[in-house]
Amino acid sequence: MSAAETAQDKASARNGWLLSTPALIILTLFAVGPLLIVLVYSFLVPGKYGNIEWAFSLEGWRGILFTKDIFTEQYQLADANVTIFWRSIKLSLLTTILTFAVGFPTAWFIATRPPKARALWLFLITIPFWTNLLIRTYAINEVIRNEGLLNTLLLNLGLINEPIQILYTDTAVFIGMAYVYLPLMVLPLFAAIDRFDMRLLEAGYDLYASRWNVLRRIILPITKPGIIAGSILVFVPSLGAYVTPRVLGGGKQMMIGNFIELQFGQGRNWPLGSALSLMLLIIVTGALLIYVRYANGDSRHG
Amino acid sequence: MADRSFSVAKLPGFTATAIIVFAALYLPIFTLVGYSFNANQSVAVWGGFSLDWYAKAWANTQVKDATVLSLIIAVTAAVIATAVATLAALGTTRRKKFRGETFIYVMINQPLMVPEIVTAVTLLIFFGIIKQATGIQGIGYVILAHAAFCIPFAYLPIRARLEGMDLSLETAATDLYASSWQTFRFVTLPLLLPGVIAGAMLAFVISLDDVVITEFVKSGGQDTLPTYMLGQMRRQMTPEINAVSTMLLVLTVVLLTAFFFLTRKNDQ
Repeated sequence: MSAAETAQDKASARNGWLLSTPALIILTLFAVGPLLIVLVYSFLVPGKYGNIEWAFSLEGWRGILFTKDIFTEQYQLADANVTIFWRSIKLSLLTTILTFAVGFPTAWFIATRPPKARALWLFLITIPFWTNLLIRTYAINEVIRNEGLLNTLLLNLGLINEPIQILYTDTAVFIGMAYVYLPLMVLPLFAAIDRFDMRLLEAGYDLYASRWNVLRRIILPITKPGIIAGSILVFVPSLGAYVTPRVLGGGKQMMIGNFIELQFGQGRNWPLGSALSLMLLIIVTGALLIYVRYANGDSRHG
Repeated sequence: MADRSFSVAKLPGFTATAIIVFAALYLPIFTLVGYSFNANQSVAVWGGFSLDWYAKAWANTQVKDATVLSLIIAVTAAVIATAVATLAALGTTRRKKFRGETFIYVMINQPLMVPEIVTAVTLLIFFGIIKQATGIQGIGYVILAHAAFCIPFAYLPIRARLEGMDLSLETAATDLYASSWQTFRFVTLPLLLPGVIAGAMLAFVISLDDVVITEFVKSGGQDTLPTYMLGQMRRQMTPEINAVSTMLLVLTVVLLTAFFFLTRKNDQ
């Protein structure tokens, strides 16, 4: 490489950095930087009226799982916290499974339409995706509340005698999350199925494979990157959900997101809230790393 | 035509499931829109068609203030985010890969990877410290928070547009003695414009939709439309909230349709 070329590369790299600097400053100040403050806060002592006191402590992190007995001063498993974590994980997994079960046929349907119709069906999936999450959550509320569409319908059909209480239960949060996050499952599944070579199905059927075997042995393995991408895109926001459990869970069916908020409000335990936030961030980052690994595998095959 | 030809791509139950899914996706939204025209006081019982709730929402100063504030925040944040994202996209595409490029890319996409509640909490603490130290109040905090998480949404369409543009036109301009500013102003920018507009629109929609981060960052009296609606959902609900939702919904659909056509032209 000539000296001129090296100098040109250097200038190009410098320009790249310079042009990116304004964006990097904003992100450092208002997205990445504050995470470091939270890291510091998680090792401090809670103040009496919220905020913190400047003294080192591991109580914040310990408080994620354990609580101190007021009388014996001994640590024991915090049942309330475990219940919230378990609910978060359970509902997020169920949401992922349900959105996959109904999202896969939907993505398949869209991908097998003629090109023009395909764009329209895809657009129909995208509209809810970009619609305000709060509005969609409220829309579900309209359907499932006691005087809502579902109960009215069942009452009029004579299938039930009194409204089923769905709102403010785990089921309501589950239905709501599946509803709001479904497009996040369908879109990557569609991308994977769209690339799928349908001739492989002919080959499968020619070799006397049953429909079930074609699905299980050909379609699912080949669209696996899309399945993983969709699952993570649904699981991650479900785990950190705040609005949906708040509106549909009525403040009682808390998930991790609401539990974090509680620490900064009535709980007045900012170090615990900080530690919980970082724990959530670590779990999410772990899930995303898996995604990146498989997304890379995807491009190798693609 | 009793016997339909065997189609390899057809799997039993898939089409039926898809139709049910589409119905389930839109039924709640239509219900919400439908009840906004309810003449009745309660959201529960249908009392005939009426536009009263739109009139009520229109006359409600809280709704009006929240709408104005939402628009101010969304426009300002989208402009800031799009400006810095355009520069960053120009800096990270169409040049030889340089040291730190991946770092820049990860930084820009960071807001997509961190759960909203975590960002909300971290900004609550950070802005609390700044407010205490400087005594500065105001809407600037919410705007800066929005600008930060809007950057990746503005960046991605602009980057996609740039990657589809080769350098030959710019090279031609330079050969014809255009200065680098002239080349950018009269060649690069006009070509890039659909991407910039698409990016700005996405950033605008994302800012307009945000609930969680705004809820934590805002001070008293700084309600945006979504945080106002969230507050209302705790109280006795009237179809007014449906009317407000419907108006926001229509705005989103209009913007998305425009976005859809902008990016489609992009492919041709």
